[in-house]
Amino acid sequence: MDDHASTPAHSKPDSERLVLSGDWTLLHFTRIQRQLAKLDPNRFTTLCFDDVTRLDTAAAQLLIEWYGPARMQALSSMLPVKRKNLLISVAGAVTTQRQEPPPANASKALTHGVALVGQQVESLYLQQKYLLGFLGLVLSALARTLWRPSRWRVTATVSHIQQTGLNAVPIVMLLTFMVGAVVAFLGATVLESFGATIYTVNLVVFSFLREFGVLLAAIMLAGRTASAFTAQLGSMKSNEEIDALRTQGLDPIELLVLPRVLALWISLPLLAFIGTLSGMLGGAVVGVVALDIPLSQFLRIVERDIGVSHFFAGIVKAPLFALVIALIGCAEGFKVSGSAQSVGEHTTSSVVQSIFMVILLDALAALYFMEMGW
Amino acid sequence: MDDTVIDIERLENRFGANVVHQDLNLTLKRGEILGVVGGSGTGKSVLLRSIVGLKPIDAGEIRVFGQRLNTLSTSQRAAIERRFGVLFQRGALYSSLNLEENIALPLVEHTPLSRQDAEHIARMKLALVGLSPNAAKQMPAALSGGMIKRAALARALALDPDVLFLDEPTAGLDPISAAKFDQLLLTLRDALGFCVFLVTHDLDTLYTVCDRVAVISQKRVIVADTLANVAATDDTWVQDYFHGPRGRAAYHAAKEAT
Ligand SMILES: Nc1ncnc2c1ncn2[C@@H]1O[C@H](COP(=O)(O)OP(=O)(O)OP(=O)(O)O)[C@@H](O)[C@H]1O
Ligand SMILES: [Mg+2]
Repeated sequence: MDDHASTPAHSKPDSERLVLSGDWTLLHFTRIQRQLAKLDPNRFTTLCFDDVTRLDTAAAQLLIEWYGPARMQALSSMLPVKRKNLLISVAGAVTTQRQEPPPANASKALTHGVALVGQQVESLYLQQKYLLGFLGLVLSALARTLWRPSRWRVTATVSHIQQTGLNAVPIVMLLTFMVGAVVAFLGATVLESFGATIYTVNLVVFSFLREFGVLLAAIMLAGRTASAFTAQLGSMKSNEEIDALRTQGLDPIELLVLPRVLALWISLPLLAFIGTLSGMLGGAVVGVVALDIPLSQFLRIVERDIGVSHFFAGIVKAPLFALVIALIGCAEGFKVSGSAQSVGEHTTSSVVQSIFMVILLDALAALYFMEMGW
Repeated sequence: MDDTVIDIERLENRFGANVVHQDLNLTLKRGEILGVVGGSGTGKSVLLRSIVGLKPIDAGEIRVFGQRLNTLSTSQRAAIERRFGVLFQRGALYSSLNLEENIALPLVEHTPLSRQDAEHIARMKLALVGLSPNAAKQMPAALSGGMIKRAALARALALDPDVLFLDEPTAGLDPISAAKFDQLLLTLRDALGFCVFLVTHDLDTLYTVCDRVAVISQKRVIVADTLANVAATDDTWVQDYFHGPRGRAAYHAAKEAT
């Protein structure tokens, strides 16, 4: 309390009495620990507190653990009221603490490792099951509200479209433009040796129509939006807002998840379309600047050689990706449990999962389309 | 030596156009327990936050241990803030640490203690506020409201502070625990000699533990004095507060107890 320099704790044996003096506080914790360790508590029938300037709970705890709570309680009855109350409170605390030692969770390394693998596999299985269940909930909520326009959450949906779609346009355009340019350069480098530089146009347009446009937009959204959904719903969950909705007879799936899923359903195809155009533009710019392919020629090749079916083969994947991203983002949010750390963990998990699922589905789709000859 | 620990003069606080405090004066003396009462939304929590430096004040002056917090350097400030223990209205336990780690954190950061020693002390502090040692490993999200209050008190007491700020510590506790809490506060205050800034709506707590009571109303402290003097103040809110049915019941309970 005072700013005076504190005199460190000191103890001096005096036949059967231990005379304590100075500040017995947290500041001198290790010193006290060392002093007491050297002394045998059973030697002393009494402790003298008269010269102690200050005594706090931490030092009292050390003294009591050294001397024994019961003996200290008996001893403290002779002390002034203030000291007595403190020692009795702390002695009580020390006693309860001794009665129930906290459960030790020791485990052996090998069995622990095996158990960990098992837990991981099981959680993977449970996760997929949970996701399927969540999909079911969302679809049934959709089916319920679809017939009743009065229950459409138009405002929420539009606001999510703005956040997830409109606001993502610049970054998606920039990203696809640059990838388009890179693909054009790569194509030109390889094709030049065959004297087929002109086919760079086909390469860029093909790859963006069928794959890159939608894939890049989806990955961008997985990083940008799935994480946002998880963090939003997760902090609502830990704040018990979702429970509050339930108790008021409102369906959190219908109120919170459906607008997000619908918003992504609308945003992602549009973003994919914009991304495709922007990627092709990136290729065209490289063509004009570096490969001597004028824009008119570029457009002519696109018109002549490349059918609209390629565009459809790309864009049909967009709603599927949108569904996967929104579902994983929201489902992870609902799994958050209270702590800030949990919000972080689930946000990470939702981004990783949704990017993984998008790429996996894209690979499967590419395989399927190839076999079908589409 | 001057025994004023906190001195507030002509304090003004506002959020945009919403003026919360104006011309507010209050002192907290060494070793006393000051109860702060006032209707909901009168700015008790805001006052607490401005004293501990969480809210920049808009006008006036707050001196802690004779020094103005906002004129100090960061390290001087930290040294003073280390002498504070704060229990927030909603607990504000660190959600990613278990209880024991929550309380050990300031000990590990501010003292040369090893983690083991710190957690050992932490478990004692938990027992001191009436939490069983089994709770030590639990996460804050798994606790009941009352347990959160106690754990938050244990954390506020971690460094054996000189000034304890409690924001509605007994709200959400059952009456028996609340009474035990009051006794604990008195015991610790007598033993450790800290002073307490206690925001509360609990009349029993006011009657049992407070040396002085400050009433916040109309953006300022309208009276700060012993309970008897405050209860006799001529103000409608004060009269309703102390002489309403609950106030009378608490008064009689306190009289019987003494
Ligand atoms: N961060 C903030 N931003 C804007 N206004 C605020 C903020 N914090 C508090 N207020 C306003 O300040 C006023 C006082 O709030 P405060 O939380 O101090 O009330 P209180 O006296 O503690 O009430 P209670 O007893 O209900 O806890 C209220 O009108 C509140 O709306
Ligand atoms: Mg408050």
